[in-house]
Amino acid sequence: MRFTEDHEWVELNGDIATVGITAYAAGQLGDVVFVETPDVGKTLKAGDAFAVVESVKAASDVYAPVSGEVVEANGDLAGSPEMVNQDPEKDAWFAKVKVSDPGEVEKLMDRAAYEKFLEGL
Amino acid sequence: MADDLKSTVLHDAHVALGARMVPFAGYAMPVQYPDGIMAEHRWTRESCGVFDVSHMGPFFFSLNDKTGDRDADHAAIAAIAEKLGPRDLTGLKPGQIRYTVLLNDEGGMIDDLMVARPCIEANAGTLYVVVNAGGKERDFALFEAAAAGKATLKRADDRALIAVQGPKAVDVVSEIFPEAAGLGFMTFTRLEYEGEGVLVARSGYTGEDGFEILVMPSVAVSFWNRLLADERVKPIGLGARDSLRLEAGLPLYGHDADESVSPIEAGLGMAVSPSRRRKGDFPGAARIERELSGGLARVRAGLLVEGAPAREGAVIANQYGVAVGVVTSGGFSPTLSRPIAMGFVPPELSAPGTVLTVIVRDRAQAATVADLPFVPHRYHRKALESV
Repeated sequence: MRFTEDHEWVELNGDIATVGITAYAAGQLGDVVFVETPDVGKTLKAGDAFAVVESVKAASDVYAPVSGEVVEANGDLAGSPEMVNQDPEKDAWFAKVKVSDPGEVEKLMDRAAYEKFLEGL
Repeated sequence: MADDLKSTVLHDAHVALGARMVPFAGYAMPVQYPDGIMAEHRWTRESCGVFDVSHMGPFFFSLNDKTGDRDADHAAIAAIAEKLGPRDLTGLKPGQIRYTVLLNDEGGMIDDLMVARPCIEANAGTLYVVVNAGGKERDFALFEAAAAGKATLKRADDRALIAVQGPKAVDVVSEIFPEAAGLGFMTFTRLEYEGEGVLVARSGYTGEDGFEILVMPSVAVSFWNRLLADERVKPIGLGARDSLRLEAGLPLYGHDADESVSPIEAGLGMAVSPSRRRKGDFPGAARIERELSGGLARVRAGLLVEGAPAREGAVIANQYGVAVGVVTSGGFSPTLSRPIAMGFVPPELSAPGTVLTVIVRDRAQAATVADLPFVPHRYHRKALESV
């Protein structure tokens, strides 16, 4: 699993990247009450806002950690947004993306680097 | 956190409780504690929450030359305060609190506030006033200008103002102050805590029964900790305070009202006393009269929103997609488990059941006009009790 400074995670299997937000991000947001995932077929550029997660208080953009095409969105989040707080780094994935450049994933932080990054916040 | 932020006397207590502190109206304030907004909101509706609202602007406004005739002295100080807004204050009974607004010459709201007449008759000729944090310096200046040397403003915002809200608030507070249980909604009394005077008001901004208590700084931390020692009590941050008042359909100045908004538009007609309307002796009276006589262009309405929460600034459109208004407060209702909002719409589109849309991230979502409050108030009204 790799991580961005915007607190998204990516797990690459072949050329399919599963993406979501980190436990740290979920904790910062507080109780998630609404998630908007991207449409299948949408083309993403790394760094684009591709999803929205809303807490009681505010809406926050989620940024695409990698470039590619959305091949699947997690439909469970619409009915159960609280999954983002309960299991952010597994069941509450946001989308699966067919990556156009697997090298983008390699450039992201690994777990140790991300944890070190969090310590500095 | 920026160094120029002010702190309330309870700042260190919030930090010790693990609060997330944010800048709000020039103060570092707790937006939430570790339990989070949703849990804090629910706890207040089910049990009892305590809120630090010491950033607000409590003050005393006293006649300089009291005659000793209590009713005359009250009438004299009330007449000065009445210059600033449309509500009758002369008729306040000892210990009574009224909600009112400060108006500009165009009838727009400068602020909303609570004004009370002391319960101790020897203090007649003084008003206890609480204004919002955001504009308190300007409000203080307005009162001083209205006084024109005949009255003196003594600010009390160095003290702690603590709201205790929820269905169990009366049990919690009456263990410390047995007299508090006898207060009706919108009345207050002066009591003592550890030898210091405290003002205990049966009021609040959550829709629940509860109290707002003004405490001297020297005993504020002790009082806060005494409240928290009760297992029915949890500390509640500004985040849940906002979602609670939204469910209660209560406007928040700076969001649902500003200098362009009249109290009639804001749905605050109760702040315009019939006697004052007849006299028309307050700033912006012509506009208020016009609006009360049918010339109202927009009115605050509640909306049950489908889909994503519609936040402040979201456009409200009619069924043809034409913009008709704007959301002024919006979010998620923990009690109703759905997004709710308030905003301005034309009066002809304000009837409950009217189907409108809100535009969220360029998409139209259904929004149905709803009665306010979204969640029924549970105030402790004495008059109702005696029926």
